[in-house]
Amino acid sequence: MTKVGRNKDLAAIDGKRFSMDGVMTALTVVLLLVVVVIPVVSIIYNAFFFQGHFDPKLFSSQLTDKGNLAAMWNTIKIAFWVTVLGTIVGTFYAWLLGRSDIPAKGLMRALFNIPYMFPPFLGAMAWDLLLNGRSGYLNKLLMEVFGLSSAPVNINTLGGIVFVELSYYFPFVFMQVVSALERMDPTLEECARIAGARQMTVIRKITLPLVVPAISAGALLILTTSLAHFGVPSILGFSQGIYTLPTKIYAVISRAGGSFEGIRQGAALSIMLVIVVFTALVLQKKILSSGSYDIIKGKSMRPTLIKLRGARIPLLILCIATLILIVIVPLVMIFLVSLVKAYGLPLVPENFTLQNYKRIFAASGTIDSVKNSLFVSIAAGIICMFLGTLIAYVVQKIRPKGKEVLEVLSVLPYSLPGTVLAIGVILAWSGNILGISLYNTIWIILVAYIARYLSFSMKSSSAALLQVHPSLEEAARTCGASHMESLTDVTLPLIRPAMVSGFFLIFLPAMREVTTSILLYGPYTRTLGVQIYSLRDAGMIPQAAALGSVAIVIIIICNTIVTQATKDRKGV
Amino acid sequence: MSKVVFKNISFKYGNNQILKDFSLEIESGEILCLVGPSGCGKTTLVRCLLGLNKPETGEIYVGDTCIFSASRRINMAVERRNIGIVFQDYAVWPHMTVAENVGYSLKKRRVPKGEIADRVDNALAMVNMTEYKNHLPSQLSGGQQQRVAIARALVGNGDIIVMDEPITNLDAKLREQMLAEIREIQRKSGTTVLYITHDQQSALQLCDRMAIMEPGGNLCQLGTDEDIILHPANRFTFEFIGVSNFIPVDVAGGAITLKPGEASFPWADGKLPQGTDTSKRLEVGVRPNDIVFDNASPLRVKVKRSVFLGSEYDYFVDLGGRELRIQQNTLDAAKYGVMKEGQETGIRLLNYRFYPEKEVSA
Repeated sequence: MTKVGRNKDLAAIDGKRFSMDGVMTALTVVLLLVVVVIPVVSIIYNAFFFQGHFDPKLFSSQLTDKGNLAAMWNTIKIAFWVTVLGTIVGTFYAWLLGRSDIPAKGLMRALFNIPYMFPPFLGAMAWDLLLNGRSGYLNKLLMEVFGLSSAPVNINTLGGIVFVELSYYFPFVFMQVVSALERMDPTLEECARIAGARQMTVIRKITLPLVVPAISAGALLILTTSLAHFGVPSILGFSQGIYTLPTKIYAVISRAGGSFEGIRQGAALSIMLVIVVFTALVLQKKILSSGSYDIIKGKSMRPTLIKLRGARIPLLILCIATLILIVIVPLVMIFLVSLVKAYGLPLVPENFTLQNYKRIFAASGTIDSVKNSLFVSIAAGIICMFLGTLIAYVVQKIRPKGKEVLEVLSVLPYSLPGTVLAIGVILAWSGNILGISLYNTIWIILVAYIARYLSFSMKSSSAALLQVHPSLEEAARTCGASHMESLTDVTLPLIRPAMVSGFFLIFLPAMREVTTSILLYGPYTRTLGVQIYSLRDAGMIPQAAALGSVAIVIIIICNTIVTQATKDRKGV
Repeated sequence: MSKVVFKNISFKYGNNQILKDFSLEIESGEILCLVGPSGCGKTTLVRCLLGLNKPETGEIYVGDTCIFSASRRINMAVERRNIGIVFQDYAVWPHMTVAENVGYSLKKRRVPKGEIADRVDNALAMVNMTEYKNHLPSQLSGGQQQRVAIARALVGNGDIIVMDEPITNLDAKLREQMLAEIREIQRKSGTTVLYITHDQQSALQLCDRMAIMEPGGNLCQLGTDEDIILHPANRFTFEFIGVSNFIPVDVAGGAITLKPGEASFPWADGKLPQGTDTSKRLEVGVRPNDIVFDNASPLRVKVKRSVFLGSEYDYFVDLGGRELRIQQNTLDAAKYGVMKEGQETGIRLLNYRFYPEKEVSA
């Protein structure tokens, strides 16, 4: 009698010892070990152990340090307000653009999605230029006009950080809720009206509760992103000594100049940050787990639009004002500053020059940073596209024992802050391994990107694989295809669109990445984000703005290519 | 054309024993319908034949070739078994054209291009799909995709074609048509066909022989359709094939009493066959068209509802608190009169059988 094997494991039935499924499963395990498990374990180990001894002193000293506690408290405060306000703003605009008769909906929806593509740290830079407590252009203008002795608005505060993060993160909720509203069955609302409920009551009692799952999914995204966010608080907070945990980690490590002690402190702080993130996730789940409803239909229906009547024009103005505030103003500001001869000069045509652009393109560092970013982003995109698909295939189709563990491991980096992941990667892979040192090379950034973005492509391929019925592969096998051939002939072509979109889901954010690469870059491996950040840090603000404008153009071009490329593709 | 033999196949999903010592022989060139309720293990058996499931015990032969043997550790790879399959959901590849779908197995077997084209054309002609050669499956209806799947199974000149509930997703008219076409295609190609279904009606229409499976994965009867209808081997087959009425009976000495509910009716006509086990409680089973009206009979019924179906009348009558279904041929009805709703009359049971009472747990 042979042993009872797993039924899905077709190759094992063939009696081969090294079946393809086995190889794929083993590969997945090894990969997840390299990019997820070893970095995470390294952080925990280094935070609590020193030279092989259990040493909780470092961790407890970090935990009781006043500055760290303040940073933790700031992180929580910022994330709380950004989440609450972002949810309200996002839901409000989603409803306004999804269900009311406000004009120019299509255009405005496209514009509201812009902040999502944008690197928030560029926004922070723009607002810093405008409303910096000492030298912001707008502040100076206001002081001059009204004869004030001090700046009326200071963006370098907690409130300022919340404002900037808010303007970039509310689209998370906005996009989720808009699509939920679109798929909602309008008869549910009509019934309430017929039963005698007023318009406002319907919104409060029917519409809102029905989109709660979408709101909560978006809010969760805002929460985790904001807790882990580095760019905005670092640009707006450093000068005022306002730290959050991610910026504190960066500060600790850069102050220590790469010494091991600094990295250990960073590891201890990382654990604090992870604890905060996971506590927040648990709390969020508790607060928002108000049950899920299955009333949202997959079919798109034309919902009844609510007439705004007299409020139509004021609300339209509000929308336009919001768009100007969060999209146009920062964009224009970055662009204008990129043209001035020197930072601080008035923004008038006489002071404009293209020198900044010339200078950044003459500097080899800049060109290198663009090349580096393109290389790492494309490489991470392609590698993740295949690895994510591999993991998705193993989890969905092969279903080995313990597939739940694999699944959790592959999405874990998604909820781990980028800073934490970077430290893990430094600790795990910066040493000398088999005579190869990854430290200060582009490869260590690549490893970190892969870890960070793997879950994107995995989710996208996973969803596609669920649509591929197992009988399609089985039919290929009965037609004489080997297991490998059934994959390449049937499964892969069917999930190709999802794989491609997985690639762009990774490529676009990777192009503007700062959080992880700022901890991992070496002298020759600056990425685009790092280069902008360090130009600004070095006081070369107009050049930073010029490079920022270039980055925006690159992102817009890539995004256009993506939308064009995905538009004509017919769904299979 | 090959004979297929299953010998003592056992299969488990986890702790769930699907098949136990299952044996079945399919004669070369016949259509054998494997009929059974959902979940009885039909599909599992097919998957064992294809090599998609690995049985714990037993052997499977196609012709003289042993494609699986647990004891001899033979397990031919799925792709080398050369068995055509039509899956329940068609499994037509959505990214390939009709011709590519059909030609795939030939391509995998490295048949020369020109020959592939000829054989694909031939197979498509057989299922009347020639004009859709370059269509994508998304442009086809369910019935057309079905035919592509059949052509794909036919094209390999495989010895056997397995069809796993291929027509359940079609509407009634198309289903009839497909069955006729499958029959026709089989007659032309002479292939051995194993047809899996839970629908006894289509099985009757299609098969040379029928195999009835009961829940738990046992084969309860194998025979021609006539055989199975006229001589059901057990209560399960009797109930599964066609409509049936059951009335509990009491046997005391030689006398039989019908106990449909509260009331009881001495049943003088009833005869217990020799050797019936009377230690268990018995029920008498009778088909609706084996009950006739006879006003003189002491088995008194009241007609509750009568439905005219064209070729027959369908009655629901009450016998002492139990509802019975009676079918009366329209010719007979014209001859002996139609029963009206509310009318009281008597009935006689013909071609009845005795079966032990069903255990409640089943």
